[in-house]
Amino acid sequence: MQEQNNGKLVLKLGAAAIGMFGFGFALVPLYEVFCDLTGLNGKTGGQYTEAESQQKNADRVVTIQFLANNNAGMPWEFRPVVRTMKVHPGEMNSTSFYVKNPAKTAITAQAVPSVTPFMAANYLHKTECFCFDQQRLDSGASMDMPLRFIIDSEIPEDVDTLTLSYTLFDITEQMQGQAATE
Amino acid sequence: MSAVIEEHHHDDHHHGPAKGIMRWVLTTNHKDIGTLYLWFSFAMFLLGGTFALVIRAELFQPGLQIVHPEFFNQMTTMHGLVMVFGAVMPAFVGLANWLIPMQIGAPDMALPRMNNYSFWILPFAFGMLALTLFSEAGAPNFGWTFYAPLSTEYAPPSVTYFIFAVHLMGISSIMGSINVIVTILNMRTPGMTLMQMPLFVWTWLITAYLLIAVMPVLAGVVTMMLMDIHFGTAFFSAGGGGDPVLFQHVFWFFGHPEVYIMILPAFGVVSAIIPTFARKKLFGYASMVYASASIAFLSFIVWAHHMFTVGMPLSGELYFMYATMLIAVPTGVKVFNWVATMWQGAMTFETPMLFAIAFVILFTIGGFSGLMLAIAPADFQYHDTYFVVAHFHYVLVPGSVFSIMAAVYYWIPKWTGNMYDETLGKTHFWLSFVGINITFFPQHFIGLAGMPRRIPDYALQFADYNMISSIGAFIFGFSQLLFLFIVIKTIRGGKPATAQVWDGAHGLEWTVPSPAPYHTFTTPEGVNLKEAHG
Repeated sequence: MQEQNNGKLVLKLGAAAIGMFGFGFALVPLYEVFCDLTGLNGKTGGQYTEAESQQKNADRVVTIQFLANNNAGMPWEFRPVVRTMKVHPGEMNSTSFYVKNPAKTAITAQAVPSVTPFMAANYLHKTECFCFDQQRLDSGASMDMPLRFIIDSEIPEDVDTLTLSYTLFDITEQMQGQAATE
Repeated sequence: MSAVIEEHHHDDHHHGPAKGIMRWVLTTNHKDIGTLYLWFSFAMFLLGGTFALVIRAELFQPGLQIVHPEFFNQMTTMHGLVMVFGAVMPAFVGLANWLIPMQIGAPDMALPRMNNYSFWILPFAFGMLALTLFSEAGAPNFGWTFYAPLSTEYAPPSVTYFIFAVHLMGISSIMGSINVIVTILNMRTPGMTLMQMPLFVWTWLITAYLLIAVMPVLAGVVTMMLMDIHFGTAFFSAGGGGDPVLFQHVFWFFGHPEVYIMILPAFGVVSAIIPTFARKKLFGYASMVYASASIAFLSFIVWAHHMFTVGMPLSGELYFMYATMLIAVPTGVKVFNWVATMWQGAMTFETPMLFAIAFVILFTIGGFSGLMLAIAPADFQYHDTYFVVAHFHYVLVPGSVFSIMAAVYYWIPKWTGNMYDETLGKTHFWLSFVGINITFFPQHFIGLAGMPRRIPDYALQFADYNMISSIGAFIFGFSQLLFLFIVIKTIRGGKPATAQVWDGAHGLEWTVPSPAPYHTFTTPEGVNLKEAHG
């Protein structure tokens, strides 16, 4: 009798432990959903397709600042073509970022965006962004990478300045790894 | 009574300990396994302490004198890992093995064979971890919190050994916890209700649930690291679409309950010792149980107070600040209960009581510095400074470690049948007490003045306090050799202990002879329930 009870309890507790192992992994998508909903870590959404629904608000002016950073070990020259823009919410804007690969080899890069203040991240819509795909530059090559965006006309009143920062990661090795496995 | 118990042992499969080394390898006896855990923990305490002394020796003066910065980083990392997972946690499991069956009138742990496996996994886990020190690129160097990407993209190759060591420790802890819960829920002597259990048993029951809830999450996070490093996933790599901040969330979801795992059994030990030497019943038994349970619950919803500076929205900072401060309420209940237990008691100050009182005072200091750190706007100044180091060492060393030493002095007469040398015990206490305060109190000041943690060199204005701190560390460190001497001396002989040992001691473990026979409470007859809870 005692033995049976022990067995049942052990099974339950073991199942709880395995469940919590799963929960650890479940935290990954939970975190992403949570961040998407709240804009918590400043991540911007994917490509924006509802540009027509936006009404231009000519009375408001929002300043947007651009930052370009290289992750450790990334040799590219990377800078915004314009550092700040004053824009009207609801209006389509375009700018670009300049990159040059001074290294002796071709490098593939991925740009990761981040917006501050975080609460404004969900009000910055991009219809075209170099961060949607990877960039590859041969040794010595350079280019202007385009960015088209709309500030949502619903952006809260107290936000008058946004900072959009990009960090450029060297992902050449990962891409080769993928090519090798494919 | 001992004669009666001896009689029972002559039936078929009950027998005394086997002879030689195989006794310890194959043992399923809770007392043997408890002893193994305690000795293992002490060995790890000395190893982790040696790492700490390397750190303090390097910090004795500004500039780089003794070790390279790379090796210094390995020392801080290994010190933290060995002390948390190798010294403090196994010591409490050892105490649980020795005491829980005896305190609830059970003949042994519920799952004796698994108990043996839980222990014998540990030497392999820590052997693997310690051997990385001799590898070419060195041991893990990313801090015991192993934040990604330091522990993934920038980690030495030994990180893989570290990951498997953590997996093994996790498996050992989970098996140990399952064993504790099954023992407590199913093997209490007939008639003992949950609310009659000694507080040490209660706090361990709650601790075991915490372990089952969070050790698998730790296993999960190191598995994600393993996949990032070797299988091309990008859980924590921003370039691949992951998020390094996610690592901190998952880690601290484990890490915060972990700090209560290391302190709840200490609360149980102190709640046993103070009533004995105050010769009064524990004040507010039921409130102690509820306070422990509330602390355990709150520990799951405060994790991001370790991450105030990662860039959280204001509402997040406020929530985690208030939730953290809420923990002070049940903790305060406990401290007041201990003080009220001593109030107007007929107190004597034997070594276990000295350690227990020092625990109450110094743990409270650590609790207060914790409250300071919980204030989100102030935390931006304290974050990653020596103030944090001072804070968590105050709760872990004169907190957890003092409670373990108190427990050893309190129960060693029951384990060995001999009284320890009181003069030497008190000498050990005062050396430790003075040493620990000299070590960690000045660290509050250098932390507030801005000295960052985990650095091998520092600005000149911190020199005096660092020198004082290092002197204290060497006093504390070497006085533990006295502890080792006292324990060995007590095992080899000394004044014979009576069954009750302390005239104010209550509880089932004090109804069996000293030393406790190899098998106790093999039948439920003769268990004196009136003695059950002190």
